[in-house]
Amino acid sequence: MSEYVLEMTNVSKSFPGVKALDGVQLKLRPGKVHALMGENGAGKSTLMKCMFGIYKMDEGEIRMDGQPVTITDPMDALQKGIAMVHQELQPIPARTVGENIFLGRYPMKKALGFIPIVDHKKMYDDTAELLKKVRMTFDPKQKVGELSVSQMQSVEIAKAVSANCRVLILDEPTSSLTSNEVEALFRIVEDLKAENVAVVYISHKMDEILRIADEVTIMRDGKYIGTWEASELTTDKIITQMVGRELHNLYPPRENVPGEVVFEVKDFTSINPRSFRHVSFQLRKGEILGVGGLVGAQRTELMEGLFGIRSHSAGEVTYKGKPLKIDRPKDAIDQGVAMLTEDRRGSGIMGVLSVADNISISSLNKYLDHGIAINGKKVEQLVQDNVKKMNIRTPSSKTQIKSLSGGNQQKVLVGRWLANNPDVLILDEPTRGIDVGAKYEIYCIIADLAKEGKSIIMISSEMSELIGMSDRIMVMCDGRVTGFVNGSEATQENIMALATQFE
Amino acid sequence: MENRQESFGKRAIKFIKGNPIALLLVVAAIVVGCLKDNFFSWANFSNLVSNTAVRFLIALGVSGCLITKGTDLSAGRQVGFAAVIAGILCQKGDYANKMWKWAPEMSIGLVLLIVLVIGLIWGLINGFIVTKLHVPPFIATLGTQTIIYGISLVISDAQPIGGFQKIYTSLINGRLGDTRSFHLPYLLFVALVFGLLFWFIYNKTRHGKYMYAIGGNEVAAEVSGVNTTFTLVRIYATAGVMYALAGYLLAAKSGGASASMGQGYELEAIAGCTIGGVSTTGGIGTVPGILIGVLVFELLKIILQFLGVNPYYNYVVQGLVIVLAVALDIRKYIAKK
Repeated sequence: MSEYVLEMTNVSKSFPGVKALDGVQLKLRPGKVHALMGENGAGKSTLMKCMFGIYKMDEGEIRMDGQPVTITDPMDALQKGIAMVHQELQPIPARTVGENIFLGRYPMKKALGFIPIVDHKKMYDDTAELLKKVRMTFDPKQKVGELSVSQMQSVEIAKAVSANCRVLILDEPTSSLTSNEVEALFRIVEDLKAENVAVVYISHKMDEILRIADEVTIMRDGKYIGTWEASELTTDKIITQMVGRELHNLYPPRENVPGEVVFEVKDFTSINPRSFRHVSFQLRKGEILGVGGLVGAQRTELMEGLFGIRSHSAGEVTYKGKPLKIDRPKDAIDQGVAMLTEDRRGSGIMGVLSVADNISISSLNKYLDHGIAINGKKVEQLVQDNVKKMNIRTPSSKTQIKSLSGGNQQKVLVGRWLANNPDVLILDEPTRGIDVGAKYEIYCIIADLAKEGKSIIMISSEMSELIGMSDRIMVMCDGRVTGFVNGSEATQENIMALATQFE
Repeated sequence: MENRQESFGKRAIKFIKGNPIALLLVVAAIVVGCLKDNFFSWANFSNLVSNTAVRFLIALGVSGCLITKGTDLSAGRQVGFAAVIAGILCQKGDYANKMWKWAPEMSIGLVLLIVLVIGLIWGLINGFIVTKLHVPPFIATLGTQTIIYGISLVISDAQPIGGFQKIYTSLINGRLGDTRSFHLPYLLFVALVFGLLFWFIYNKTRHGKYMYAIGGNEVAAEVSGVNTTFTLVRIYATAGVMYALAGYLLAAKSGGASASMGQGYELEAIAGCTIGGVSTTGGIGTVPGILIGVLVFELLKIILQFLGVNPYYNYVVQGLVIVLAVALDIRKYIAKK
């Protein structure tokens, strides 16, 4: 018997124009959590897709229990005991938990002795059993669409467990979980370890990795950098290995000086009684106001309300003493407010359109000749200015935006908003899903904007980012503002205390 | 900045790779032309051009709906409705079977205006149902096409309409040059003017950019300050005007009108757009592409006609070409993954 349940050695995989994987290895021990780390584009997902049979390797070998195996497709991987919980969950919302778990392999029975039909009783009994295993108490017959994201994830894990998996891949499992839910997930992972399952854990969150992982493999630019015992590593060491250089400062120095109050919100209340209510705050010129809170604190909803994406029932918003009337995003834009939304793919980029179209869409009025025809040269100039200013890496202004990396897409979207020269810029999770290097670039852009006198509101779920970037932090809990903390005095503890002030 | 200055040869190869069906049909046309004497005749050319011109106008109309991930199944019936109204209003004052005996003989310019306004109204109704009542375009226009057909039947009493003013038919069937040699139908110029106009709108105006943005990601467009409601209403309204124009021309071209005129044209127009590269997933489509799509489809019809294929089989072949064209088109996107 090999000491590894699964070994991948010397794996290479090329796509037209890029070598995505170049001699990579990964060795998984039973009952251990193995963290796989690297910047976006380092090849983590490609490697996992090779393991899961979605991609075919150009070179390399996979061994299970020391025996060479070939994994032809995901079905084959499942049969061999490899299961994967995807970054973006893909459940069927209108069907029940049980049906989702047993999709494609429903337990069957024979009606009248010869007609094969789905054995619903067995399916739901088995589901209840599985849910117990992942410490979930909801009804197997509940529709998946009615569950929270973390519950859906538990369903996915239950699904993996039900396949008697020996290797479980968790791809960014905590990206949309609250800290309570993360704890629940970790308990499940501990249970799986006890059952000798090898867990591959992909995440960008250092504190999680250091807590839960036993071993860490780091990749960079499609190459294998090394494998370490988690106990030997620190956040700094991991980052150094990931980016291949020392990052002395995670956050740029800030030279902005908050001035007079320009933007004021009073008693702002949603039409939805469970959403934001009686929110009042002030924003200064050149200030970065961080907005902290747990998932579900209604921070995004509040900002979308201010921007006119959601409706409000009461409250007023003023800019320099002048009341703003905002019923739809266009009103906000016309009055100098911009908002970078949280869901880049859902409400940010227009994937099939070019970089030029994406960057110019909200400021087309500025490039008109005779009030009718768009002047292509002016749009091209806008693209080039932004490419230079923000170091956007794109082959051309005509490239479809969906082919750029997350960080570059985000910069294009920032450029879209800056083209309107807004006074108030709302940024909702501006660095989510962006790799470490690009994150720093985004931070620099934010710091520069504040220095130029723009007022910035930044929602962030990353505590260190919130503390590192904000002049002041507004903390929300359950739809209410529970307090403000000055950036210089902010600690994880005092923010968390405010964020958990439930009524 | 790569691929800025591609050689003509490279671009030609790229075009052929992108439009295998178009190439195939051009080759087929050449083969048929060599086999059948009168295929390469001015009459046949003129016929192809006129047929394509009218279909192109309809396809331009529906293209905006398709690019914004919608559709417009009422296109064909709107064409029929416009043909009926135009036909009735353009009847000679002294025609024995005049539908509306009380109506005076109208100038055909005024009739055109009336027909276009009616088209605009149908389009606005479609736009309203889609944007304000939030009925999916497929269902919304499935409903309105039935309504429009019903009203066409009521107005025309399900009777064919004829006896048009001479100027109506002769002007629209007019041509530049001698019929027996090289000549260009006026309809060609109508199509060219609207082709250029739509190219300008799609590429150079805010409306065009907003349209592609909505097709690319409607939520993102709204968040970026695009008035998506107004833009969509404008798209459906413009479409209505284009169908009305096509109906007006078609009645004169055929020398008669009836409620069933234009039946199935919506599907031909959608097929033409799709063959021409308008993506069913939204945000993609160009005017030259639409022209090629429609032209290819009309070329196919004429080839089949010259080969003496049983007309019933024509439908089978046309259907196969649609499926094949879209399958090939989709392959481009699958390969890129």
